[in-house]
Amino acid sequence: MSVLVITEQRDGAFRKVSYEALSEGKRVADALGVSLTAVVLGDGVEGIAAEAGKYGAEKILVADAPELREYTVDACTNVLAAIIEKEGPAAIIMGASVQGKELAARLAARLNAGLAMDCIDLRVDGGDLIATRPIYGGKVLAEVALSGAPQIAAIRPNAMTVTETAAAGVIETADVAVGETRIRFIEKTVDTGKADLTEADVIVSGGRGMGGEDFSALEEMAGLLDGAVGASRSAVDEGWRPHADQVGQTGKVVSPSLYIACGISGAIQHLAGMSSSRVIVAVNKDADAPIFAKADYGVVGDLFELVPAITEEVRKIKG
Amino acid sequence: MDILVLLKQVPATESLITIADDGKRVNTDNAKWVINPYDEFAVEEALQIKKAHGGTVTVISVGNDKTVEALRTGLAMGADRAVLINDPATADCDGLGIARILAAAIRDMSCDVIIAGQRAVDDDNYLVGAAVAEFLNIPHISMVVKEEITDGTIRCHQSIDGGTSLLEAPLPVLFTTQRGLNEPRYASLPGIMKAKKKPIDTRTLADIGLDAGEIAPRARIIEMKLPPERTGGRIIEGDSAQAKAAALVRALREEAKVI
Ligand SMILES: Cc1cc2nc3c(=O)[nH]c(=O)nc-3n(C[C@H](O)[C@H](O)[C@H](O)COP(=O)(O)OP(=O)(O)OC[C@H]3O[C@@H](n4cnc5c(N)ncnc54)[C@H](O)[C@@H]3O)c2cc1C
Repeated sequence: MSVLVITEQRDGAFRKVSYEALSEGKRVADALGVSLTAVVLGDGVEGIAAEAGKYGAEKILVADAPELREYTVDACTNVLAAIIEKEGPAAIIMGASVQGKELAARLAARLNAGLAMDCIDLRVDGGDLIATRPIYGGKVLAEVALSGAPQIAAIRPNAMTVTETAAAGVIETADVAVGETRIRFIEKTVDTGKADLTEADVIVSGGRGMGGEDFSALEEMAGLLDGAVGASRSAVDEGWRPHADQVGQTGKVVSPSLYIACGISGAIQHLAGMSSSRVIVAVNKDADAPIFAKADYGVVGDLFELVPAITEEVRKIKG
Repeated sequence: MDILVLLKQVPATESLITIADDGKRVNTDNAKWVINPYDEFAVEEALQIKKAHGGTVTVISVGNDKTVEALRTGLAMGADRAVLINDPATADCDGLGIARILAAAIRDMSCDVIIAGQRAVDDDNYLVGAAVAEFLNIPHISMVVKEEITDGTIRCHQSIDGGTSLLEAPLPVLFTTQRGLNEPRYASLPGIMKAKKKPIDTRTLADIGLDAGEIAPRARIIEMKLPPERTGGRIIEGDSAQAKAAALVRALREEAKVI
């Protein structure tokens, strides 16, 4: 028996959530008293495979094929279902990235496996996985018990700690059964210049209070903090920011260590996307804005004065 | 073109959510019920596909007597017919069970395109669309922000982490919606009047050839709790923007240790 972690890489580099999944997989494997196996899928990924060992994988299965150069859900489901059948793991852990979510769902249906999506905590109880996952946009935390084998937990990016171990895994080549596929990848556009919101450790978001499309003050602060810039729906609806930057119920769900909301009132739909951030800072000129009730630190005042001043202070400590 | 929309009725986001005494469900007695926001994008897109290619739009839901309201709203927006699987045995289903029911109901229906919300905003499962596609053995494309159908093929722009990708699949296909796809229309008054006359085809599990054993949950909620209250709520005081900024950054560094 083993715990199987499905890693996610893009263009030959592991995504951050893969380290989180491996570390969490190791904790679950230890709790179950079994070993940890990692699967690495892609084209020309042998080079990065060994890295999975640093996070506790004893065995690293490399599924390498030209058909896996670009992720498509049907090819990956076919390949993984065959590997899982062969390995017979007790539990499967993977990242609940955009792609991870659809892959987890499709795999659960194919394997008739219990699935807990977007988990923020996992524990083991008598051989079964118990997952904690936010529902109702984070207003409620549900403990979900999975039964049968395998059980699949997809973990929310940024929610679990990464732990390195000294071990090195044994790399094996997995059989690749791509089988019938109907989805054809044509092209993708990824802005590699900036961190994706769901992976960012710091997010500086702007709302209607920004008053226009000039977000340079937020970009500057985010840049100093190695963070990303997000937005409320109002800012997106105004056309100031792209849809991809929207945080909230109909935008991204994020869990950074630090979320700085500037000129955002704190509507429930916005909170739904960011309330699991570890530390929340609100900058708002309205002392009664609902965001202050959810913020760990509130600063009342004009963001156009406060944001540059905060950036200046950050510069002092970083410089 | 026969277009199906998977539709769920959910409590509106503004609804106050409290946990029931058994700790396993939420009280929804005082909730205002709406169509899952992502499913509104799905209904709108279905209507636009129908406009461009002709055909019919069917909204389909697993629910109870109350769910009829949401289906009527879908009909009032312009859907042609509605199917409701209403059976008490579905009450404890997990996402996979719901997907099995929808797939069983759809199996005998003619369909070229199935559209679902990327997730329902109550259980936030992100599961049903992909699982229905799997059970029907058809391709699915999630988080679609733009689509185009030509000659039995769909091309979709899908939002992915940090960007978008362009994918193609043959029909029949299932895709899920993401914000940006369209702006859902409101049900017009004539639409609402017309919807009253449109049929709602109500079925039980037996009608679609399933028994309760086949939809036994593999993921069970054992406890619900409210997330820890945020206790902080400390307002940073100061005489000037500079003073406040300095106090904030000090707190973030020394207390919270996040920078
Ligand atoms: C179905 C549905 C889904 C939704 N999904 C989302 C979602 O995903 N994400 C989301 O964000 N919203 C979402 N919304 C919208 C949400 O309800 C709010 O309308 C939105 O979040 C408000 O954005 P805002 O806080 O930027 O704007 P406002 O509510 O207008 O707040 C602006 C704030 O800026 C402050 N301000 C103004 N000027 C300054 C200044 N110079 N300095 C400091 N502060 C200033 C004001 O005091 C105010 O508090 C959704 C709504 C619905 C109905």
